[in-house]
Amino acid sequence: MSDITKQSLTELVENIKNKKLSSTDVTKAFIQRSEKSSELNAYITDDFTSALDKAKKFDQKPNLDLKLPGIPMAVKDLFCTKNVKTTAGSKILNNFVPTYESTVTKNIWDEGAILLGKLNCDEFAMGSSNETSHFGNVQNPIDKNLVPGGSSGGSASAVAGQLTPITIGTDTGGSIRQPASFTGIVGLKPTYGSCSRYGIVAFASSLDQAGPMAQNVKDCALLQEVISTYDPKDSTSINFKRNHYSKELTKNIKGKKIGIPKEYRVDGMPKEIEDLWQKGIQYVKDCGAETIDISLPHTSYALPTYYIVAPAEASSNLARYDGVKYGYRAKGENLIDMYEKTRSEGFGAEVQRRIMIGTYVLSSGYYDAYYLKAQKVRKLIKNDFDEAYKKVDAILTPSTPSSAFKIGEKTNDPVSMYLNDIFTVPVNLAGLPGISIPAGHDTKGYPLGLQIIGKAFDEQNILNIAFAMEEKIIFKNKITDWWIK
Amino acid sequence: MNKKNKEYLIDRKDNQYEVVIGLEVHAQVLSESKLFSSSSTKFGAEPNTQVSLVDAAFPGMLPVINEFCIKQAIKTGIGLNAKINKRSVFDRKNYFYADLPQGYQISQFKDPIVGEGKVILDMPNGQKEVGIERLHLEQDAGKSIHDLDPQNTFVDLNRSGVALMEIVSKPDLRSPDEVNAYIKKLRSIMRYLGTCDGNMQEGSLRADVNVSVRPKGSKEFGTRCEIKNVNSIKFMQMAIEYEANRQVDLIEEGKTIDQETRLFDTKKNETRSMRSKEDAHDYRYFPDPDLLPLEVSEKFIEELKNDIPELPDDKKKRFIEEFKLSPYEANILVSDIDTAKFFEEVVAKMGKNKDIKLAVNWITGELFAVLNSKGLEISQSPVSAKNFAILINLIKNGTISGKIAKTVFELMIDGDKDPQKIVEEKGLKQQSDPKALEALIDKIINDNREKAIEYKQGKEKLFGFFVGQAMKASGGKANPQLINEILKKKL
Repeated sequence: MSDITKQSLTELVENIKNKKLSSTDVTKAFIQRSEKSSELNAYITDDFTSALDKAKKFDQKPNLDLKLPGIPMAVKDLFCTKNVKTTAGSKILNNFVPTYESTVTKNIWDEGAILLGKLNCDEFAMGSSNETSHFGNVQNPIDKNLVPGGSSGGSASAVAGQLTPITIGTDTGGSIRQPASFTGIVGLKPTYGSCSRYGIVAFASSLDQAGPMAQNVKDCALLQEVISTYDPKDSTSINFKRNHYSKELTKNIKGKKIGIPKEYRVDGMPKEIEDLWQKGIQYVKDCGAETIDISLPHTSYALPTYYIVAPAEASSNLARYDGVKYGYRAKGENLIDMYEKTRSEGFGAEVQRRIMIGTYVLSSGYYDAYYLKAQKVRKLIKNDFDEAYKKVDAILTPSTPSSAFKIGEKTNDPVSMYLNDIFTVPVNLAGLPGISIPAGHDTKGYPLGLQIIGKAFDEQNILNIAFAMEEKIIFKNKITDWWIK
Repeated sequence: MNKKNKEYLIDRKDNQYEVVIGLEVHAQVLSESKLFSSSSTKFGAEPNTQVSLVDAAFPGMLPVINEFCIKQAIKTGIGLNAKINKRSVFDRKNYFYADLPQGYQISQFKDPIVGEGKVILDMPNGQKEVGIERLHLEQDAGKSIHDLDPQNTFVDLNRSGVALMEIVSKPDLRSPDEVNAYIKKLRSIMRYLGTCDGNMQEGSLRADVNVSVRPKGSKEFGTRCEIKNVNSIKFMQMAIEYEANRQVDLIEEGKTIDQETRLFDTKKNETRSMRSKEDAHDYRYFPDPDLLPLEVSEKFIEELKNDIPELPDDKKKRFIEEFKLSPYEANILVSDIDTAKFFEEVVAKMGKNKDIKLAVNWITGELFAVLNSKGLEISQSPVSAKNFAILINLIKNGTISGKIAKTVFELMIDGDKDPQKIVEEKGLKQQSDPKALEALIDKIINDNREKAIEYKQGKEKLFGFFVGQAMKASGGKANPQLINEILKKKL
């Protein structure tokens, strides 16, 4: 089988289970392709040698009852992995090797998967283009010098470029869905509290969620089934009845009511996005669902609210990187000098910008006007969704206001960069699940995604809708392997 | 009730100043493990041996509330007659320091777990009520050690994350003596509850002291200064005394008092400015997004209420009623839970025909003296309550005199010996046979005829001489009361 890396997760699992492929075959294939793909810069750290060892060990005593039997997979470098360097895309952690494993990755290894390596991302997941990583830009496999989106840019690039069959990312304001949309893959941000945050380098604690990224909806459902567990080590983890998402996956969405929020028709949105959305509406109708126009009146406040709440939490979460205990330390005259130099040298510009914004909005005299007000607006945004869900089962929107842009195009204009997350951010603020599926191409042939937003803990429903739509859309990612010499 | 105490005032020329004091007491929660991690809280371990990944703030580590600490805080709140808040919120207090690994302390700012309460102090001139503003839970920081190396500071994170209760009083205290009584009362209540061991040497109890002064009779508060982290009652008293006088001097000189944080230098016995209000930290408090608001049910609180033992105030009341003790005696016995326990055990072991007054005198007299000289707590008493009770009974039923009892007590200390056996082995039993004593006294009077005549002629002082002779002749075992009676009759 020469095209192992072209297979979906579901196919690979099937082939390993009926012994058409060994874990070693599969692992080797992805390692070889990854090694040839250095130009994508998708990896920060590879763990290929040990991955092969693990694959061989798996093959000697294969446990085929597992959900991910001997499946190799690379993960975003925001997940702490025992004995494998974890950087969060930052210089300040460029020498940090955890002695512990995140719950989400532990769940994955417990189901038989094998770590290939750690994938590039924006520094501390702060960015929408993967350009803030200390370890350099990531190329989008769609086209040279195109950003893969962010912050899970390495993850998106690696799945789209077939360097890993599946992956996991994290999504604080769109960091799974936006890069999924930019690279033509499927990405799910689960309900807040669905996946444990234990062992994930924190960006904004009340918004961060891990989630699967895959080539198709079925793979995505299977991975979600593996990673979502109740975890007492995370006080915000929620103990609810979790579905067998892949088993219960169905294309029958007849009679489902899908909301179309008018506020997502933003000024200056390219016509091709509007057209894509209309096509999406037609697809769901074709599947037997009904669309209903709805209003989410506070949508326009979501982005400013997010850019107060997320930096506020980040400014505090990142205080621990002070050069005292682990990670990068600069020499200083005294403690304060050491702090200042360590953090000035260790953090990149975007991270510093957000720490400053966050510190500002929490300062006495500004707290009420910014942080407190943002929390109130956040409640209003959540109420909007609660109201809408009295009438509809899910909501359909574009994933992003544009397709992928060129590297360097927006780096000097943070606000235009932030606008990338305009459709994804409200979902995080409301703690809801959202999935982005590839739904078409723009005039340049770049992929475009549609987002389905669900009720809290209703991942099954949005996976089903995505699964049904996927069949109608028949999306084909245009990957030319341009980076492989 | 609430009789006015003798006022503590600072005199200057024509003016008298009243001192206003409020305390923020930091009491370490008595708990095996820390507030948000399972690390041990044992005192005195090797540096950095009781540190989890959470305590050292490793990336991706999350706090999980230790329910036991919540129970301890609520119990303490109940002991302080305080309102228990069913919903409280943990906030982050942000600041940078080498021994603060997270870069923030998890504390409770706007919504503490315990609200307003009160504590009653027994002062020499009556009782005084001190209001409690609030009690909240927070993490302790680690320890920076500056004197191990000339170049470097070392950090010990064993304390990092240990649960503290911060108990904030209202500005109701007016003198160093009241502060003394207040701290002792808090300590006593928490030790009864088992929520804090109150060990000040180990830092389980320390306080920030807020001091201001105002002209006597004034209703308005003066500008206050906060003296940080004072770890003994004596130092608190010294610091207040110094600080109040410093503030009065400033006012007398027509200067203003700056609101600031000060440190107490125990060597120089003075307070020093640490930082002014302008330099005060902006802690950027906000709710910790890693922790959901803490909600406790009525049932949870009720169950804890049922768990509350008899507290010092109630015990004192009962001792006065049941044992007819004076308030003063009752106070001494109840102020420390172990003393109260010892006393009650002695009472129980003394049986039916008991002399409680005598037992109290012996506990507060002989026993306390021995403990003091040996530097022991009553929980480490070399004499058990059981043997102590036997000794008191031996005195009460006339088997030995009080004087002999002291000799017996000395012998009991070494290995908690049974006083009954000591009396038997050493033949210390009191002579109470009137006939034998009469014979003994007849002989003495005979041998000292001249003195007997002198006594009869009015030299009454000589009576003591005869008592002494009789006791000496009996080897100290004669019942002194009988000796007195017989001597009076015969002389």
